[in-house]
Amino acid sequence: MERKIRVLVAKPGLDGHDRGAKVIARALRDDGMEVIYTGLRQTPEQIVQAAIQEDADVIALSILSGAHNHLFPRVTELLAAKGVRDILVIGGGVIPEEDYDYLKSKGVAAVFGPGTPTAATIEFIRANLKRS
Amino acid sequence: MNADENLKKSVDAWKAKVGASLQKHPERRAQFVTGSGAPVERLYTPLDLEGRDQAAEIGLPGEYPYTRGVQTTMYRGRLWTMRQYAGFASAEESNKRYKYLLGQGQTGLSVAFDLPTQIGYDSDHPLAAGEVGKVGVAIDSLADMETLFDGIPLDQVSTSMTINAPAAVLLAMYIAVAEKQGVSADKLEGTIQNDILKEYVARGTYIFPPGPSMRLITDIFAYCSKSVPNWNTISISGYHIREAGSTAAQEVAFTLADGIAYVAAAVKAGLDVDEFGPRLSFFFNAHNDLFEEVAKFRAARRLWAALMRERFGAKNPKSLMLRFHTQTGGSTLTAQQPDNNVVRVAIQALSAVLGGTQSLHTNSKDEALALPTENSVRIALRTQQIIAYESGAAETVDPLAGSYYVESLTNRIEEEASAYLKRVDDLGGAVKAIEQGYVQQEIQDSAYRYQMEVEKGERVVVGLNKFQIDEGRPEGLLRVDPVVGERQVARLRELKAKRDDAKVKAALGELGAVAKGEGNLMPPILAAVRSYATLGEVCDVLRGVFGEYRPSVMF
Repeated sequence: MERKIRVLVAKPGLDGHDRGAKVIARALRDDGMEVIYTGLRQTPEQIVQAAIQEDADVIALSILSGAHNHLFPRVTELLAAKGVRDILVIGGGVIPEEDYDYLKSKGVAAVFGPGTPTAATIEFIRANLKRS
Repeated sequence: MNADENLKKSVDAWKAKVGASLQKHPERRAQFVTGSGAPVERLYTPLDLEGRDQAAEIGLPGEYPYTRGVQTTMYRGRLWTMRQYAGFASAEESNKRYKYLLGQGQTGLSVAFDLPTQIGYDSDHPLAAGEVGKVGVAIDSLADMETLFDGIPLDQVSTSMTINAPAAVLLAMYIAVAEKQGVSADKLEGTIQNDILKEYVARGTYIFPPGPSMRLITDIFAYCSKSVPNWNTISISGYHIREAGSTAAQEVAFTLADGIAYVAAAVKAGLDVDEFGPRLSFFFNAHNDLFEEVAKFRAARRLWAALMRERFGAKNPKSLMLRFHTQTGGSTLTAQQPDNNVVRVAIQALSAVLGGTQSLHTNSKDEALALPTENSVRIALRTQQIIAYESGAAETVDPLAGSYYVESLTNRIEEEASAYLKRVDDLGGAVKAIEQGYVQQEIQDSAYRYQMEVEKGERVVVGLNKFQIDEGRPEGLLRVDPVVGERQVARLRELKAKRDDAKVKAALGELGAVAKGEGNLMPPILAAVRSYATLGEVCDVLRGVFGEYRPSVMF
């Protein structure tokens, strides 16, 4: 049987808005992926550790507090420091478009803003997995 | 034949005509629903209200069951308080924004704190990195609070503070600032949100487990009823429940369920319901379905009045009155074609006014993208002023009363919310229902349903899934300078070097002792903040005694 895509949906930082994270988590699960949701207030260290432990193919970060430029790169840096190169990192939330390029330069493969259909995120994950 | 029978006959005849017309002109949809997904009939007539004692249920303004509003003359006497939630970066910058808003005709302040403050961490805490000053102002100690309200006489404004888990500490700081201005606590007017239950459910800035959190809340009730009598000690909030995805009826139900839990806890702690009841206030959302939202506010008032009277035996009319603040719905704003949000906010704000709100925050058009700029905040405030001075909505009390549709919707929301309240009661009350994840699951189901409806195009969101255009990158968004965090940490270090550490230590020791016992926590918290103990230090003492809340995660 084909291995299911494993996604860690994670909330870095302190903001408590996880409606989007939960909707995405459920949409991915309904699409046949295995989804783990970390819950709120996860440090980048906790997120990376969980992703490795859970053998995740994807880390989907959600943040609405404005701390994305600080916290998203911490996640990709920690992954790199641990020699992990095959986990796809994506992000979403209230993030100004002018920050997208910076986040991409730091290894966040895509950023999904408010109003993105869940189908677009699903499609992106399926097309851009780093593991086959 | 009497009038009722006549009416029935003519409605039946009309229905027969509709059948014929549908053959030729089918309707746009097979089924029509409200913003919350409740069915909407083609036409409402007096027959929809049949069999109900509508005279008693609707009543008169300022009279039980307050369906038509809590004041006798409503906005003819005084308009609602226009209160824009604001605060960002440092205390100095927020202080400037407050003075600007007051200068623009705003009539009350509403303080947004940054997330570390809301979760009881000082700005130098490792978890605060990247968050200081981002979604609100950073307050580490009384010194920051003094700066925040510098030049704003606290006996002349009412201040609402969106603070929950550490509400007691921020209230204590406010009282201490007032003391320094020579204003005694009994002159202070304002609100602390102080609603921990919805933090567990929807907003996420909890610190302590439910037991000690409820104690902190009842301690505040008890303290304020004696010492800060004009303070709204809690703002029981449906706003975030709705933002998390609930329906209108769920918003009412889960908010009032939380309210019941607070009242029950206070009564159990020996407080008199008619002493603290008048200071309870509420906070609701306003979404796009104008009529459903108006009905929601009216139904909430009617339900609460009956609950307080019948369940808790309240006699003071002020205990029965559901007074509320409204904020327009942040989750309804689109990042696409953000100018359209001005129109959404206007409709939502109108629903709050037609629903009899006591105060109102209108969102700014750019809030799906970033914190609002000064310009967009002004448009949002002007929206309220246009409703107040130009629309005519404020010139008579409860103008939609008697509408067959609005009264039917009011009845339906009341019934639906009552059914949820019964379910929460059966689970053992709000605290138990939250611990079991029931409330969260109900809200998440509604959120997911809504998202799927939008994605399938069953629900039109203008500019998002219909009438889209190619847009450039939005320009001129507000950004918080990252050096704000560093400066705040430096300020904190300076304070710690300057203050009398022995005094701080003694105050924190006393606080720990009271926390371990059963005494009221407000006096030792006040003593601690007066000594310039930091928010983080005060909360750490309480964390040491109370522990921290660990949620179970589900989706």
